[in-house]
Amino acid sequence: MRTVQTSQRRYRDRLRHLLSASLMAAALGLPVLSGAAALSAAPALAADQPARGGTMNIIVQPEPPILQLGLNQQGPTQTVGGKIYQGLLTYDKQLKPLPSLAESWDISPDGLTYTFHLHKNVKWHDGQPFTSRDVIFTTTKFLPEVHSRARANFARCESITAPDDYTVVFKLKEPFPSFINAFEVASAPIIPAHLYDANTDYKNNPANATPIGTGPFKFKEWVKGSYIHLVRNDDYYKPGLPYLDDIYFRVIPDAASRALALESGQVDQSQYNDIEPFDVARLKSQPNLNFTTDGYEFVAPVSWLELNNRNAPLNDKRFRQALMYSLDRQFIRDKIWFGLGQVATSPINSHTNNFEPNLPKYTKDVAKAKALLDEMGLKPDANGVRARIRFLVMPYGETWQRLAEYVKVSLKQVGVEVTLENTDVAGWVQKVSNWDYDMTANFTYQYGDAALGVSRTYVSSNIRQGVMFSNTMGYSNPKVDELFASAAKENDPVKRQALYSEVQRILVDDVPVAWLLEMQFPTFVSKKFNNVITTGIGVNESYESVYMTKR
Amino acid sequence: MQSMNFWRAYARNKGAVIGLLIMAVVVVLGLFAPLIYPESPWDMVNAPFLGPMEEGSLLGTDTLGRDIASGIAHGARVSLLIGLTSTAVALVIGVTLGALAGFFGGWVDDTLMRFTELFQTIPNFVLTVVLVAIFTPSQGSIVLAIAIVSWPPLARLARAEFMALRSREFVQAAITTGQSNATIIFREILPNSLSPLIVSSSLMVATAVLLESSLSFLGLGDPNAMSWGYMVGAARTVIRQAWWMSFFPGLAILLTVLALNLIGEGLNDALNPRVARKGKA
Repeated sequence: MRTVQTSQRRYRDRLRHLLSASLMAAALGLPVLSGAAALSAAPALAADQPARGGTMNIIVQPEPPILQLGLNQQGPTQTVGGKIYQGLLTYDKQLKPLPSLAESWDISPDGLTYTFHLHKNVKWHDGQPFTSRDVIFTTTKFLPEVHSRARANFARCESITAPDDYTVVFKLKEPFPSFINAFEVASAPIIPAHLYDANTDYKNNPANATPIGTGPFKFKEWVKGSYIHLVRNDDYYKPGLPYLDDIYFRVIPDAASRALALESGQVDQSQYNDIEPFDVARLKSQPNLNFTTDGYEFVAPVSWLELNNRNAPLNDKRFRQALMYSLDRQFIRDKIWFGLGQVATSPINSHTNNFEPNLPKYTKDVAKAKALLDEMGLKPDANGVRARIRFLVMPYGETWQRLAEYVKVSLKQVGVEVTLENTDVAGWVQKVSNWDYDMTANFTYQYGDAALGVSRTYVSSNIRQGVMFSNTMGYSNPKVDELFASAAKENDPVKRQALYSEVQRILVDDVPVAWLLEMQFPTFVSKKFNNVITTGIGVNESYESVYMTKR
Repeated sequence: MQSMNFWRAYARNKGAVIGLLIMAVVVVLGLFAPLIYPESPWDMVNAPFLGPMEEGSLLGTDTLGRDIASGIAHGARVSLLIGLTSTAVALVIGVTLGALAGFFGGWVDDTLMRFTELFQTIPNFVLTVVLVAIFTPSQGSIVLAIAIVSWPPLARLARAEFMALRSREFVQAAITTGQSNATIIFREILPNSLSPLIVSSSLMVATAVLLESSLSFLGLGDPNAMSWGYMVGAARTVIRQAWWMSFFPGLAILLTVLALNLIGEGLNDALNPRVARKGKA
């Protein structure tokens, strides 16, 4: 049950993220990529010794509304706030936990007790010492009040206590092995108790305007509409770090200007949707830039065609399977997403924990699709039409429009006539969350873990009218519900994997949604900078070890 | 005899003849598109990103492998259909209101003209975008939206004509012989005010074609109908890699709108020989 609440709230976060992204109104067209493998963003400049100094300019788009990461987790807020604030942990590209504010941690064998040992010489940017009091305040008071995703995670705790100034103990009500994945800087940023404890109106605290964190960079200045200036934290608890003197986040609303700024070297980094897919190929060939799709393992979305499982003929599993057989998803990846992404083989992204690689694969097979439709008794009429469905086009730019056009043509080949319907973001959310659609496109972040980011869209307890990014397709399978529930509290990793593998097998056969791609985002970084994309949270990392090569 | 004069006057304007020829090609293309390209223009019939004349593709293919030439032929249908129907609707609204205002004058005129001005103060394109967004894009809503923003100039024109003709002797004579208002409007005044209306509605078709293209360019076209504006809009992002995807549909829009304008000018010469082009005649 609680899993469901967790996930359910997370969608709102994501919705906010999406809405902000849509503000860019990025008309995403696409370039042809050569399908080349991603280059590493950390080039082999090993001969170069890290040295202090240098200024990095990073695109931030759209401009964040606030930098207090506890209060707002939109993508741009995370990218800037991740340098100022820190979580207890961070995660490598395989999503294994790494130390951040916690230098070490233990999990009791019964999976109920999580003990974190904090770094001892950490100071807030205003000079106050950082202690377990801050962690207790953040996880018991601050985040449950303002951060829906964290609220659901920490609601699993029976108690959160601090035996001493540098130890924090989380005691869970029942085992939840995914708990260890919920401590990254945006999921649980640690907030200074001394600035927020006295005044419970967190959203209107005057301290929000001058964010105080523990991170390697301090907030200096924010010229709205132009730039955010962060400076080196000289009192950072890791001696000699960070290397950079300043980071400027530049607000550049126009997509073409962003690409130009990168090309001309005015900015040193772009991330997420800053660069439109059709510009990626051109920028990849720029000699001054490194390109990577690494660093998004923690969010790792899977995109899909969302199918309303309530409406005939989509309520028939055979019809949904026929849809899978009608699509050439490699074409979608190569020609519509210009090589960004991988064809998805499971509801779980291969970067997310508990992915099962050995699942039946769907490849385009028109004959098979027709046979399934025949079996259902859907015979072609005089015009060759077996069924008619509506496609609500996802209003996030041209790429999604192209996808809808492709689906229309592909389904026509098997005799399914698709009518496209255009709408705006608000209308799309309204219609999908109220189940007023046959088919649309969608994707959700997985937060590294099936229990945190995948089960939410498939369990029947999360069928909630009016709530976006819930089980809006109305898919209901008691076996799937049961497997997700037992997997979430299974401590034994082998048994857990077995449960998740089984649920993936059932889902792939049931096709509650037609999975398309494991999505990838392009990150461009100037070759002058090293150690940039090092973990699974990529551009949201603290950048404590990023250094600049002197020319 | 009269039609001979008309054609001679029209043909005196060389541009107008060229316009008519271009228009004839576009109309033929539109009419016979389903015969020339029986496949749907949305079908991915070839490899994506083929240039013009590559692998049997006359004008190349777009990002998904759809044939550009087929898109242009089918797009001609959409452009012409929307251009003509929306102009027809605008004519009905505009001429009706203009005729009533011009014929009756007084408070009828005042009311109708204030109403017309209300529409004239809102920028055309902005209003079209808003209307289409509200009604959700479809061919019907696009026609309606274009008609709603296009009728005010026609109303003013009709009003001016009606006001001028109303005081003419033949109308006065009709009034004194006791003919009904409807008879006078339809039998006496309307036929005599047609020339300027025909000229301006031919230009209005051009504007409507442009408006429809602009809407489609912005992604507000009917998502199920291939149109030229849509083709340019969808291809503009790859213009550096594939110029032909936006160039040919853009050329089609340019030529069609140019042809309609030339025809309008020719009609003006032929129908209003005295006011038109004094220098030339």
